[in-house]
Amino acid sequence: MKLTIGRYRDEKAYDETFEPVRRVSTLLDALFSIRESIDHTLTFESGCRSGICGACAVKVDGRESLACSIMARDGMRVEPLSGYRPLRDLKVDRSLTEDRLSSAQAYLHEYGEAVCSEKDEERSRIQSDCILCGSCYSVCPVVEVDGEFIGPFALSRSYRYASDPRESGDVDILTAIQSHGVWDCTLCGECTAVCPQGVDSKNDILSLRSMSLRAGFSDPSFVSMDFGAGFSFDGAGF
Amino acid sequence: MSDSVENRYDLLVIGAGIAGMSAVISAKERGMRVMMVSKTSPTRAQSVMAQGGINAALGNVSEDSVRMHIEDTLKSSHGLANPEMVERMCTLAPSVIEKLERLGVPFSRIDGAETPLGSIAQRRLGGARVARACYAQDYTGLKIAHTLYDTVLHMGIERMDDLFLLSLVSEDAVVGGAVFLRISTGEVISIEADKVLLATGGFGAAYHGYTTNACGTTGDAASAVLRAGGRLSGMEFVQFHPTALKGSSILISESARGEGGILVDESGERFTDELAPRDEVSRAIFSKIKSGSDVYLDLTGLGREKLEKLMPQELHLASLHAGVDLATQRVAVSPAVHYTMGGIEVDENYAVTGLKNCFAVGECTNSHLHGANRLGGNSLLEISAFGFDVVDKMERMEVSDSVVDISLSRDRVREEIESMLAGEGETCDIYALRREFGEILFTDVGIIRDRDGLVSALKRCSEIENIVSECSPPDRSRCHNGSLVHLLESRNAILCARATILGAIYREESRGAHYRSDFPDENGMFGEDIVIGMGESGIFVDRGMGVSL
Repeated sequence: MKLTIGRYRDEKAYDETFEPVRRVSTLLDALFSIRESIDHTLTFESGCRSGICGACAVKVDGRESLACSIMARDGMRVEPLSGYRPLRDLKVDRSLTEDRLSSAQAYLHEYGEAVCSEKDEERSRIQSDCILCGSCYSVCPVVEVDGEFIGPFALSRSYRYASDPRESGDVDILTAIQSHGVWDCTLCGECTAVCPQGVDSKNDILSLRSMSLRAGFSDPSFVSMDFGAGFSFDGAGF
Repeated sequence: MSDSVENRYDLLVIGAGIAGMSAVISAKERGMRVMMVSKTSPTRAQSVMAQGGINAALGNVSEDSVRMHIEDTLKSSHGLANPEMVERMCTLAPSVIEKLERLGVPFSRIDGAETPLGSIAQRRLGGARVARACYAQDYTGLKIAHTLYDTVLHMGIERMDDLFLLSLVSEDAVVGGAVFLRISTGEVISIEADKVLLATGGFGAAYHGYTTNACGTTGDAASAVLRAGGRLSGMEFVQFHPTALKGSSILISESARGEGGILVDESGERFTDELAPRDEVSRAIFSKIKSGSDVYLDLTGLGREKLEKLMPQELHLASLHAGVDLATQRVAVSPAVHYTMGGIEVDENYAVTGLKNCFAVGECTNSHLHGANRLGGNSLLEISAFGFDVVDKMERMEVSDSVVDISLSRDRVREEIESMLAGEGETCDIYALRREFGEILFTDVGIIRDRDGLVSALKRCSEIENIVSECSPPDRSRCHNGSLVHLLESRNAILCARATILGAIYREESRGAHYRSDFPDENGMFGEDIVIGMGESGIFVDRGMGVSL
């Protein structure tokens, strides 16, 4: 079995192919094997080995995946996540995760006493399964063009708190995500497709849009009547 | 390049799992200047792996009381817990759940409740007489940790990730800060504080290859305490989970046996009661493995439909890590380490024995709650209850006001790291050594122990320790040097392992998770903790500091 790794050293990216010397199961197992027996300097992140800490997210043949949750296959090409600054080999700068969560102000702003039900639990169950692996951020096309875009995982977390019956300050959460946030998403659904936990960020963003409208916010593209590419309701685009 | 973090803090918290985060939230609420550091990010802490639940006698599902919670905990400890600490934890439990509820932890719910706390669902875990564990589906640790993390961000608590603890700085046993390796740059920096709180988790990863823990669970604070003159205790009590996948040590939940899964040997024969307590099932499996037979978990009798409904995670994990379809095939299993009851010896105020101005909470400690065996649902409770409580206790304590000069210590440690990176020691294959001592620990310091095995393990571990304490990492780069971190972690893990072996040799009896085939019965003479210290000639059993209960 051969694996190609998209390495990154001294600001240079290059490919290198390795052949693990023992039988391996997951991609993470293969990376362990390479580091232990072939190249001790191979740099990647890992933690729990069972899909719950989010450390080992990488791109495999161009698609985001947790290295611990995918079988190693002959010919795979592994590279670091996009959207994050590469540091060394597969390791990227995750401080961005925290910046995005802070921008989104995704936390319980003001506790209001509420007796929760099973239905309330269900409302944010999947969103709170998020492990902050960054796969959704890596695949997001908006991130490529808007470096300040809050991004899918932080918006799903905003939804998780904004929809909580215990949150009395949901308008504050909605206020925080109006700019570079809920209206900037293209709804392509790639985030939903790659999430290893089944979080449906696209749907959460749609829900946040509805909540925003109900709270008195409006879609800025409707306000300016500017839909990009010269298309607008002022007639000039037709 | 700055040598130290400019500010001096009231409190430096090392470790950012649930224990560390609970403490910094509590400290910040009290207006303390607090800094939290961690070698990884908070959401990668071992805490996120805890699935089952967090105990509190709320009585939402079945009648319960704090008294019953205390009794169950004491029973599980086999006489080694401090009743005062157990009572404190169990009494604090309902208020801890209330605090977590108010921070927004998305607990599982039951319909028809009249109060917010009354709506929290509870389940029964092993060793408890009633349904006492509050949970958030199978993600209890994850959801508590992430909610605390969101709160830490919200409160603007100062944090630095990427810092590996190299040593505590102390003068005349007064701790005044700590020295760290900044993993991303290779710098050695110091942080000064009036008080230091350790919350770095257990040392299960010493059993490399035979643990469900993350590789970084290497007892970093416990070994720093030992080197600084503090004490460890209860180190011989290591809890094994009976059924992890052979080879990968990925946990297969207890529910697999609860639902009717059976354990068989190579010839397909059953050999134990699958529903007996964890330590008994682990011993039965280990005996089979030691006699040369593989052991298999057989769930084929349940049928695919039931398996897909009840344990989809297990189906996926067995397929991924063992290439086995559980609906049609049995899967090879082995017990694996998943919790360490012992650790840093602390008093009732969480102050580290032998040091001043230094405190510790969570799995890195022996807080005298779990004794010889831990009750399910009490680990998440301990780290949050004592995490919130420790700041209250430390504020009431008199602390030394002598100022410790941190620069000497930092410069000495920096020289050591520089000489390692300069390749002054021989390069060792740290990965092969890590595998070897993990194997030794599992075989001779595992589920069934005897004097000969323990003595031989101690000898080989000491040899390996000599190698790793002198050698240089295979990678000499300054930035993001994983092998340097793994080498430093291995030094810590081996030191903890040696303390474990020493405790296990000294404890000539069987009690809870510690089983000696040459002393198979519990012996009243060993009704107190074995305390371990370290001097110039190495580690020793501190007979003068045995904790009488």
